[in-house]
Amino acid sequence: MDGYERVFDDRTPGVEDYEPTASYLSYTVGLGLAIVATIASFVVSQTDLLWAPGIPVGLLVLAIAQIGVHLVFFLHLGSGSESTNNILALAFGVIIVFLVIGGSIWIIANLNENTMPSADVLNMRQ
Amino acid sequence: MTVATVETRPTAVSATLASELTVGKRTAGGPSPKRTVVAYGFWIFILSDMVMFAALFAAYAVMAGNTAGGPTGAQLFNLRSVFIETMCLLLSSYTCGLGALSAERRNSALFFLFAALTFVLGAVFLLIEGTEFAGMVARGAGPERSAFLSSFFTLVGTHGAHVSIGLVWLVYLAAQVKTKGLRPAVLRRLLCWSLFWHALDIVWVGVLTLVYLMGVT
Repeated sequence: MDGYERVFDDRTPGVEDYEPTASYLSYTVGLGLAIVATIASFVVSQTDLLWAPGIPVGLLVLAIAQIGVHLVFFLHLGSGSESTNNILALAFGVIIVFLVIGGSIWIIANLNENTMPSADVLNMRQ
Repeated sequence: MTVATVETRPTAVSATLASELTVGKRTAGGPSPKRTVVAYGFWIFILSDMVMFAALFAAYAVMAGNTAGGPTGAQLFNLRSVFIETMCLLLSSYTCGLGALSAERRNSALFFLFAALTFVLGAVFLLIEGTEFAGMVARGAGPERSAFLSSFFTLVGTHGAHVSIGLVWLVYLAAQVKTKGLRPAVLRRLLCWSLFWHALDIVWVGVLTLVYLMGVT
């Protein structure tokens, strides 16, 4: 039974040979790129390589790049036909994530601006 | 079960029909392999988990500045241990991928080796994180100190809880490989687990950037 299952259970009817989409090489390349991005993040945050106000932007760019590396080399989201549904679902997830995080920051920053005592009021106390 | 599946075995499809359905290595029609369907379903779960993490990230981003006169991130975080944590998790993601690949290639000895490495790296990560948390609580910087620390412990703690669950799940799957062998059902479970583990590494990239690196600069 096990032998039969091995041969047929996980294949689309009509597809004879199943080859793993990943390889040791793709994981190794992914690991190398991820380590480079991680070290770059630490360097950017700890040195004055970047203009100080630009550091958060630089860190965000590196994080997004590293997430891209993880998606492609570790999770194997590629251009293959079997990835299409996964990528569509991911796109939806990314929209929700950005709405939740970006929206929260935006709204609360606005509230802080409009409900905190203004600088004039604070100065009058002194 | 065997008898039922034998009757529907794919060789029943005639050779010409099979070649019509197949374009190169891809199929033009017919159902997707079970493996693809299972991975898709688990992918949906992971994305819903990401949405939950997004809420925690949003809470942290909003409250990071509200320290209520207590310690700030720059005073609390030790970037050296965070760097070691990051490397542990990254390497464990790598060994997890190699383990999944070895399993797919029916090499159970290599699978056990990589699974053990993954477990050790994940455990070291948890150990460092636990030490960090204990040190913060001992210094009076526990979750009750300020909104910043409440959201910090919620976000990073939830990630740590996921890693713990991942380790338990890995042991459970290794036991399945041991007893049941690398058959397709077990391989599909391993696939789901490796998706989960890689996704945790992606969440950690966010934690590292937003909490630690932006917290100290």
